[in-house]
Amino acid sequence: MIEFQGVTFVHQNGVKALDGVTLKVEAGETVALVGENGAGKTTLVKHVTGLLKPTTGKVIVDGHDTKQTSTASLSRKVGVAFQNPDHQLFSESVEEEMSFALRNFGFSPELVRKRVDWGLGLFGLDEYRKSSPLVLSGGEKKRLTLACILAWDPDVVILDEPTVGQDSIQKEKLAGTIKMLRSAGKTVVVVSHDIEFLWPIQPRVVVMKSGRVVGDGPAALVMQDETLLASARVAQPQLVELYRGLSERPPGPFVDALDARRWFEERMKR
Amino acid sequence: MADMLEIDRLSFRYPEAPREAVSGFDLRIPQGEIVVLAGPSGCGKSTLLRTVNGLIPHMYSGDYAGDVRVGGASVKGSDMRDLSQKVGFLFQNPENQIFMFTVERDVAFGLENIGVPRDEMRERVDEALRLLGISDLAQRAPHELSDGQKQRVALAGVLAMKPSLVILDEPTSLLDPMTAGDLVALVAKLRKDLGTTFVVVEHRLDLLVKVADRLVVMSEGKKVLEGTPRDILFGDDAERYGVATPAVTQLQKMLARRGLATTGTLLTPGELAAELKGRNR
Repeated sequence: MIEFQGVTFVHQNGVKALDGVTLKVEAGETVALVGENGAGKTTLVKHVTGLLKPTTGKVIVDGHDTKQTSTASLSRKVGVAFQNPDHQLFSESVEEEMSFALRNFGFSPELVRKRVDWGLGLFGLDEYRKSSPLVLSGGEKKRLTLACILAWDPDVVILDEPTVGQDSIQKEKLAGTIKMLRSAGKTVVVVSHDIEFLWPIQPRVVVMKSGRVVGDGPAALVMQDETLLASARVAQPQLVELYRGLSERPPGPFVDALDARRWFEERMKR
Repeated sequence: MADMLEIDRLSFRYPEAPREAVSGFDLRIPQGEIVVLAGPSGCGKSTLLRTVNGLIPHMYSGDYAGDVRVGGASVKGSDMRDLSQKVGFLFQNPENQIFMFTVERDVAFGLENIGVPRDEMRERVDEALRLLGISDLAQRAPHELSDGQKQRVALAGVLAMKPSLVILDEPTSLLDPMTAGDLVALVAKLRKDLGTTFVVVEHRLDLLVKVADRLVVMSEGKKVLEGTPRDILFGDDAERYGVATPAVTQLQKMLARRGLATTGTLLTPGELAAELKGRNR
C-alpha cells in the first residue's frame, strides 16, 4: 500500500531529514513509527500524502508514484491527523468542519449528515456541534481532526502524535479506534512518543534515527531489543521492563496489566 | 506567610459557553511544591491556568467569581506586567514561545520588555542558560535546535524572569521519552536549588509521580481528587476521572488486592520485578 524506495529528503537549508529510507507497508497493517525528536518521522509521513516529494528515491502509494499524483487525489486515499490540529481546523462550527471535506469529496447531503453524526458521537463531541472549533480544548481539537478524517473513510489513516492532550479514557478509546480500523482492513500508521499507549496495540514497530530506519519488526521483538531502543532513545514499555526483570517468565512479554496479573495468579496457584 | 498560590471559590464562564469552564474551585499550594494537575481533556485545566497567569480576567472576558492570589497578591487586582514576573508559563509547544534570531536574544526577550538594566539582563540570561545546561547554544538560531533543546530555551526564557511560580502545560507531550525524563529531572532540580513552585499539567504520569508532591484532579471544572500520587493512584477513583495509571502501577494494584504485592510506595517496573522474584523463593 505504501512503499518507500531509497528515499532521501534534503531541506532547502541543506539538512538531510530522510537518508535512504526503504520501507514497505502492506494494506491492512498497523505500523507504529517511533524515534527521538528530529528522527524524521513527521517528514516521512508528509511524503505519504505527497505534501513533500523525495529529493531522490520514490514513494509509491497504492500503486501511484507521489511525484506524478496530485495531493488532492492522494488525500482521498490517505487521511492524516497532523500533530498540531490548529493547522487543520478553519470552519465556523464543528459540524461544518466535519461536513466540509465530505461535501468536497462528493458525498450526498444525507450521507454527510449520517457520517457527521457518527463521527461526533464516536469522539464525544456532540455537545459542541454548533460551537466554533476554536473553543475546543487541545485534546478535543485533535479528536475532531480525527473524526473528520475517519468520516470520509480513507484506506490509509495516519495519526501524528494522536495522544497529545488526551486523558486516559480518550487514549483507551483511541486505542480501540485503531483496533477497529485494523479489523476493518485499513492501513494505519501511528507516529507517537507514547510507548505505553502503543504497546497494548501490538503494532509492527518501525524505529527511526537520524533520518534512517534502524529497526523494524513486531512490537514484542523490537521492544525487547534494549541496545536498539537505547541507541534510538526510545523508552521500553513498563511491562516489558518488568518482564525482562523476572527470572521465571512466560514465552512473550505481557501485553497489558490484566495479562500480567493472570500469569502471576496462575503461577501462584501452582 | 501566605501560600504561593491560593485559589478561592473560583468560577469562570466564557461568553456564550454552555457551562462554567471552572466551577467553585479551591486550591492552596505552598512554596516549593511540585503539583501535578490532571483530568479529562476539556475539564477546565487550561482555563484554570489562565486565571493564574492573569490572561483571565485581563485578556479574556467572561463571568468571573472568586479570587486567585499569587504570593498573596490578587491576580485580578495586579497588572499583567507584574504578573509576568511572578508567574512563568511554559507552553505545550515551544514554537509558540520562541521567535528571536538567537537563543540569547530569545531568553532576554521578557527582561527587555520589563526594562531590566543591561548588566543585570546579561547576568540573568547567562544564569538561566547555565541552569538549563544550554550555555553553548547562546549564539545559535532557535529554529535549528531539536525540540528538546527548544523546550529548554523556552524554559530558560521563563526562568530568566525569576518567577516564583512556574506553570508547565503538558511539557513532555512533544518530547521523546528520554528527553522528557531529562526535563522532569530538571524540574526537580530547580525546585531543590531555587525553591521554585511548579504546577504541571500532565496526562503522562509515569515520569512525574516520582517527583510530584501532590496530584490534583479536575473534572467538569471542579476539583474532584487531591492527594499524594501514591494515594490517588492506589485509590478507586483515579481511572474514573481519566487519570492514566501507569501500567506497572495498575499491575501492582491488581496484585496487591490478591496479596501478591505491597502498596506502601509506587514501585518502578524493576522494583516490582524484584519484589515478585523475592516472593517466589
